[in-house]
Amino acid sequence: MSDKASDAETADLEQFRNETRAWLEANCPPEMRKPATSDADVFWGGRNTKFASEPQRIWFERMRDKGWTVPDWPREYGGGGLSAAEHKVLRAEMAKIGARPPLSSFGIWMLGPALLKYGNEAQKKEHLPKIAAGLIRWCQGYSEPNAGSDLASLQTRAESDGDDFVITGSKIWTSYANYADWIFCLVRTDPSAKKHDGISFILFDMTSKGVSTKPILLISGYSPFCETFFDGVRVPKSHVVGTVNRGWDVAKYLLQHERAMISGMGERGVGRPLGQIAADSVGTDALGRLDDVMLRGRIASFDVDEAALAACAERAVDLAKAGQAHPAFSSAMKYYGTELNKRRYEILMSAGGVDALEWESERSRQGARPRAWLRTKANSIEGGTTEVMLGIVAKRILDLPGA
Amino acid sequence: MALVLTEEQSMLRDSARGLISDKAPISHLRHLRDSKDPTGFSREFWHSFAEMGFAGLLVPEEFGGSGLGYVEAGIVMEEIGRTLMPSPFLATSVVAASALNRGGNAAQKSEYLPKISNGSLLATLAIDEGAKHRPLQTGLQAVRAGNGFKLSGAKALVVDGHVADLLIVAARTAGSAGEREGLTLFLVNPAAKGVAVERTIMVDAHNAARIELADVEVDADSVLGEVDQGAGLLDGVLDIGRGAVASEMVGLSEKVFNRTVEYLKSRKQFGKLIGEFQALQHRAAELYVDIEITRAATMKALQALDADVTKAAAAIAVAKARAGTTATRAVQEGVQMHGGMGMTDQFDIGFFMKRARVCEELFGDANYHTEQLARARGY
Repeated sequence: MSDKASDAETADLEQFRNETRAWLEANCPPEMRKPATSDADVFWGGRNTKFASEPQRIWFERMRDKGWTVPDWPREYGGGGLSAAEHKVLRAEMAKIGARPPLSSFGIWMLGPALLKYGNEAQKKEHLPKIAAGLIRWCQGYSEPNAGSDLASLQTRAESDGDDFVITGSKIWTSYANYADWIFCLVRTDPSAKKHDGISFILFDMTSKGVSTKPILLISGYSPFCETFFDGVRVPKSHVVGTVNRGWDVAKYLLQHERAMISGMGERGVGRPLGQIAADSVGTDALGRLDDVMLRGRIASFDVDEAALAACAERAVDLAKAGQAHPAFSSAMKYYGTELNKRRYEILMSAGGVDALEWESERSRQGARPRAWLRTKANSIEGGTTEVMLGIVAKRILDLPGA
Repeated sequence: MALVLTEEQSMLRDSARGLISDKAPISHLRHLRDSKDPTGFSREFWHSFAEMGFAGLLVPEEFGGSGLGYVEAGIVMEEIGRTLMPSPFLATSVVAASALNRGGNAAQKSEYLPKISNGSLLATLAIDEGAKHRPLQTGLQAVRAGNGFKLSGAKALVVDGHVADLLIVAARTAGSAGEREGLTLFLVNPAAKGVAVERTIMVDAHNAARIELADVEVDADSVLGEVDQGAGLLDGVLDIGRGAVASEMVGLSEKVFNRTVEYLKSRKQFGKLIGEFQALQHRAAELYVDIEITRAATMKALQALDADVTKAAAAIAVAKARAGTTATRAVQEGVQMHGGMGMTDQFDIGFFMKRARVCEELFGDANYHTEQLARARGY
């Protein structure tokens, strides 16, 4: 452990830590050092995007110029080229000052990793730098009205016509399709093959002729998801990622990243402790403890599980970088992370009492808490339900029979 | 620091696993129990453990130890958990060695630490008095007498108490039960006049004792650390013990889980392997995730101890609380999924359930540690 090479590495990493800390201190505007409180606070990029504030623009542009919107992507594709250890340091230093991600994007979380693994050089050069620079906003065309948990039964068809595919069908639960510039989409290219075998993974522009979207009103009163329709959309065959009819491999790989993303939803470990937020409305007893012994216990158990999950998420990244991760582990994290986030919001609703029931008022920030509570109910459905995740763990990790 | 084992740590795990699974499988515990072994562990095996450098794992090299850290101690504890091996490792090599190393003066360290390293001295911490672990409630009285002190009171759940050569006794020199001020640790010879040790045969067939002290005279040199200021030393030593027990519970949970999953793959009912039933698959999957999360939380806590024992309290509370609930779930599912076989003494699953119950009480249960976290977070 104490040989010279690793001593030098440790010294380099310490230097990187000091430089990063100083740079963040000098460059992260104070307004960007607290959690985003609404979707409008999040910068998603794209052709039609506008910055919500000047600090948001400054923070984004400074991070983009360092390649730190995607710190561990190669420099040639607009990334920061950081090693695993350096990336971990950057994340830790950002967390320490509460710095927000400068750019949120399905391109970063989902498509990028899939393109890095399965894309050809032309596709990587075309798409990755635009994702890194926040120029193109992507959406995901996976689920269909009759293909939810059973995703591989999807029916949207892509028929060969010369150098193009002609795409017809519809998708559902397409997050932010109405704001997206491009879509990564699963289509059936061979209807006669077995259901997993005839699928291709294809990219196209949402302004193509024949694409339309229709927002879906949810129980939260918001419409983060759309129905998306394709009526004879013409897409060059060169836009297929990986091999035609082998798109399920790409789809599954991308799903691992989607699940990792969803498991990380929720403002884990930042801001005030949940118990203190609860004390604002519930009150405290003579000893300063939350004046609701059952709620206090629930919150404390939640805090234990949340801290433990954070360690597990950290370990999952470390294992992946050490090449020791099980490829299906993101399903385990997705199951637990989403159930935990639902617990958080049940606690927040219980703690808020009557105050958490207002739906439309300035005082309640237009019912921010109840709407967020209702939004979390989708966490254990989107990207694969809890039941599907447990089935994957049982089959692929535990190797149980007939699952 | 990455939450994965280094190459050296993996090698340590492999050698500990090889040694323990070869020399002390669960049948070893069964034999000790059934033969009513008066020692409660194998001295012969303890000496080979010492020769491998495990007995002095946490002891600095200048005192004949291996000078390794808490992550490494956790690795050994996890392997102990996998076969439920009764061993002085926890009481002597982890808890007592840490107390002496962190609190001892030069004379105390050079007297005791080399003997712990070579396996010739067994030592243990006597802390609990009531039914539950409440260190600040310590009421065993130590009053000044001449050049030293006189100790009177009773201790329970003293691990290896009936075989220990040295007791580290938490006592109250000032203040009253519940207060941090006024706690002092004493080194007590169990052969001293007024010490009565009663071995208590426990549900898990591991060593424990009740100890009574009646006007036991000790000199001033037997104070470990500072008079009245023992709470800080005790916090660190207990957190180290908690991290070790959490590791044992991770090993125990994983082992009982692996055996249960194997059973699901071999037992047939209704013409099917029972592992084909989704009701069991999902419960097994949930338990797997629980164990993985608890393993990560425990590694995180051990790394926090290695970084700074005095700043690891929150991480330790999380790990010990999680280890308690996870192990409890693992052993209950183990028995339930094994059906009637899980209820038989002939089958090993019950040993895991019994040991998990004791580990849960050792150094504070899940409720205790969840409460600690709530207090630390100010609600």
